[in-house]
Amino acid sequence: MKTKLAILALMGATGIAFAAPQTFDFKDPKGINNAGFKLDAPLEAINGNASGVSGTVTFDPENPGATKGKIVVTTASLMLPNPMQRTHMLSDKWLDAAKFPEISFEAKEFKNVQSAGVTTTADVTGTFTLKGVSKELTVPVKLTYMKDKLSDRVPNLKGDLLVIRAGFSIKRGDFNINPGQYEDKVSDTIELTLSIAGAAPK
Amino acid sequence: MKRSLRLIAALLMAGAVVFWAAAGANRGWTKTQIPIKTMDPVTGLEGIQWQAKFVPGVDFLGAALLGSGILAAISFFTSRKPKQPPIETKI
Repeated sequence: MKTKLAILALMGATGIAFAAPQTFDFKDPKGINNAGFKLDAPLEAINGNASGVSGTVTFDPENPGATKGKIVVTTASLMLPNPMQRTHMLSDKWLDAAKFPEISFEAKEFKNVQSAGVTTTADVTGTFTLKGVSKELTVPVKLTYMKDKLSDRVPNLKGDLLVIRAGFSIKRGDFNINPGQYEDKVSDTIELTLSIAGAAPK
Repeated sequence: MKRSLRLIAALLMAGAVVFWAAAGANRGWTKTQIPIKTMDPVTGLEGIQWQAKFVPGVDFLGAALLGSGILAAISFFTSRKPKQPPIETKI
């Protein structure tokens, strides 16, 4: 009887351990994580990306709908191929990177959660903050849980990976970035993409 | 002077057009960094690495053409040959 109870207790403990949410750190040592942005402009589209991605996401493979977390992008890490455009973009006339050093998205609620194998798609509602203005947005995301794959990416480190992909649009005017101005030169709509992987070492 | 300015203007224009065309005839803005796509084999994520490279755009071409135009215009306001004092002849 005692043995059975011990086995049950062990199974229960193991089950709890497996079901426990994991915290994934999105500071990428390989420098792959990036957030892309695109704005239409008359001569050519303004296409750039940011590599300064950090943040944590708590993910439970048994309950992906309970995922929560915050992803932060360093404003100064935004890159453009043209140096003058980049200087203008980071200046106080546009993003004011000195005053607003971070762009963030904090996930609060997952809806329309659909899981198939290791992949989960959902609509995430959260708070997007840009240039000091916070707005609630609902963003479609795709999560891929890669169990025990951390060592394939970072040798000598065991653990899991969580890949997040998202794509959505915002209006720069909504975030106090020259609202209603220069729309003949730079579109109001900004297309954003997020391609990031987080690690949960064991 | 007139001839030299026009020659410099022509060389500047031709040089800029040849350099712009040889660098890929970029019809966008001048770039000093170009994005190189990289693929993470484990996650399948596509990353971007920025590489320093000068790619002249239409702004570079326009500036060079404007410069050559200004030089050519200045050449119209310069004399063909420097004025020489009249030669005195004794009769």
